Amino acid sequence: MAKTPVRFTLNGSEIAVFVDGGANLLDVLRRGVGDLSPKIGCMQGTCGSCTVLIDGAPHLSCLTLAEAIEGRAVATAGGLAQGPNLHPLQRAFIEGFAAQCGYCTSGMLLAAKALLDTNASPSRDQVIEAISGNLCRCTGYEPIIDAVLTAAAGMRKEAV
Amino acid sequence: MSSIEFRKDLFADERVEGLKEIGKPTIRQDILGHVTGRTPYYDDHLFDGLLHMRCVRSPHHHARIRSVDTSAAERMAGVRRIVRPSDVPHNLNTLLSLINFGRDDEPLLQPKKASYRGEPILAVIADTEHQARAAAAAVRVDWEVLPHVLDVEEALQPNAPTVNEVFPDNTFEYGPYDHQKLRFGDVETAFAASYRIVEGRYQMSPIEQAPIETCGAIAAPETNDRYVCHTSTQALFFSLGTTAKLLGIDSSRLHFIGGTVGGGFGGKVDSIVEPMAVLGAVLTGRPVKFMWDREEEMQVGAPRGAERWYIKDGVAQDGRILARQFTGFFDSGAYTRLSSYAIVKGVGHLPGPYSIPNVSANVYCVFTNRTPATAMRGFGITGVDFAIECHMDKVAEAVGIDPIELRILNAYRDGDMKAHRRLAKNTALIECCQVAAAKARWPIGAGSSSASSLAGGGERALIPETVTDTEGRVGERRQGRTATAPPRKGTGRVAAGTAGKAVVAAPPQRPDMVGDPERFGRKMGGPVPSQPAPAPMIAQPQPRPGGPSLPAAFTPPTGFAPAQPQPPSAPQPPTAPQSAPDAGPYQPDQPFQRGVIRPGASRFVSGIRRR
Repeated sequence: MAKTPVRFTLNGSEIAVFVDGGANLLDVLRRGVGDLSPKIGCMQGTCGSCTVLIDGAPHLSCLTLAEAIEGRAVATAGGLAQGPNLHPLQRAFIEGFAAQCGYCTSGMLLAAKALLDTNASPSRDQVIEAISGNLCRCTGYEPIIDAVLTAAAGMRKEAV
Repeated sequence: MSSIEFRKDLFADERVEGLKEIGKPTIRQDILGHVTGRTPYYDDHLFDGLLHMRCVRSPHHHARIRSVDTSAAERMAGVRRIVRPSDVPHNLNTLLSLINFGRDDEPLLQPKKASYRGEPILAVIADTEHQARAAAAAVRVDWEVLPHVLDVEEALQPNAPTVNEVFPDNTFEYGPYDHQKLRFGDVETAFAASYRIVEGRYQMSPIEQAPIETCGAIAAPETNDRYVCHTSTQALFFSLGTTAKLLGIDSSRLHFIGGTVGGGFGGKVDSIVEPMAVLGAVLTGRPVKFMWDREEEMQVGAPRGAERWYIKDGVAQDGRILARQFTGFFDSGAYTRLSSYAIVKGVGHLPGPYSIPNVSANVYCVFTNRTPATAMRGFGITGVDFAIECHMDKVAEAVGIDPIELRILNAYRDGDMKAHRRLAKNTALIECCQVAAAKARWPIGAGSSSASSLAGGGERALIPETVTDTEGRVGERRQGRTATAPPRKGTGRVAAGTAGKAVVAAPPQRPDMVGDPERFGRKMGGPVPSQPAPAPMIAQPQPRPGGPSLPAAFTPPTGFAPAQPQPPSAPQPPTAPQSAPDAGPYQPDQPFQRGVIRPGASRFVSGIRRR
């Protein structure tokens, strides 16, 4: 099978991999690069557990052609923390019981980060809209929405 | 942050204060991994040379396999191995055989006749998932499509197709009966004395657990003649024991790693993917991943089984429920899995959280050509609770009583005898109703507001004189001798009690929580314990002041032949209590104790093989 070289940055680090023709970004990240934080949920773009940020915008990596990310910047949940310092969203998820099994959490965090990066004071409805592409079967969503709002408030406070 | 409200004003004297953890929010010990994406689910283990397994599945609800042609699939790029039913050393299992309950009825790969849509008949192992998928699609199967049955009551008709050859009557067998029985008091007599009879039919849907992580496992040969298996299972030792049994491998050669589950809700106990992955590793000598895709998770992932309930209540004018009769049909799908157990559990729960002096239930575990059902969040309880609570509203309407007040009037109180012959303890339905009514600003009367779970029980602590029957012996229905509809009045009833000397079906619970065989029920008509016989309690919640005496409406026991009820004017002299029915398949002396060897017990019971 034809292999194509693809270069991109993953959480700020430069990556170069050979990908099979037609391979999706999720498989390349998990099996090719070894970043296991995006999860396989449906492989058909409905559950959001494979969400990554490409140039800051949320994308479903299971539906993204790996060859299409040449030269782009990819961010995953594995790169959210700065060394030992957790991102405010991560801290809010921990303190707000916003994860049970944790399988959707990577995608949730990135969908929420994409929102907070563009909107520092989102309304509850805007948070709901932002995570509406991410399914969670455990929490019932309310703790997740609360955690995103808590993180947003915390980040505004830090910014002052 | 928690939205749970603790009502410390209720049952304050029963609560231990000063606990350090319980009742207080605490940080999950595994959450750091969740928020950093480092939690290792089964698929987060990387193996060099990983192969992928995909199943060939039946497109029909019910079809015999005439022939299978794998020649095209074998020649396709990347295909390493076709896995056939003959590759499975012991290709028949039932999940609960590990605790010696039920008969092996389900092959890992079906060799002869697919009984539900999506049943696996072959598997293909290839270098990539894409290749495995393409090769599985290239397998040609010649199917002889058979008539199928998808409705529980249709499956019980004498002419219905047999779904599962191991249970030719399309029902699981509970001892000599084709349904699980509950008998407590005498519902028919109580119905006759009731002010209103309220009947209802309730139908639940199957519900898929739909975890975000689909079921799957990765197995690989280790360097010490063992196989490691990373799995999504919720039941690691079920999966280990089931794999050991199906593959004929000593469990000491299986190294199972699990417990990190991407959502389960009951759907990951069935131990289907682990034997497949380990079999793949055994046959290829390579790491093999077997992962259901989302479509498989929804189509063949075992759901909560659909239940159909018929409930018939006899109600007094003041709203007390005098009798409640259940006929339940539990859709097990094509194989047993855990439905047999769900019914045992569900029948123990009847008649819901209410003190009803006369209760009867016939609950059928029915095989249909649908996806096998299994565990899901309170399975066996949630479905019938839905039916019961809908029915309570219906009863309230029929007798013109407020639905919350009706529940408070009939609720269990501490010390009441439940229909499965355990005393009610730590009951709180009355308080829950009062709090719910207050929150909803729902007005309830002064009597209901001042009721308490702690008062009024105990007077109802006696086991009523109980009427049993032999209706529904295995095989009778197929011969057209038993109706599948709710039993008609008078069919096959035999009085177990005798005048002046009540028959106690089982002794009341012991004060401790030591497991004893009586707790598993089905001791109807068993030998009378030597303790003083309690007074009968028929069609009224309090024992009669006059001591034990029998209403004259009974037929005395004449053995286990169905008997017609006698007219009330012709009482018969008392005879000896009838003997116990045959012991069922599951009456262990020491249930669930590790390493107990019972006659005919599977040698795969956890604990035995390691000795």
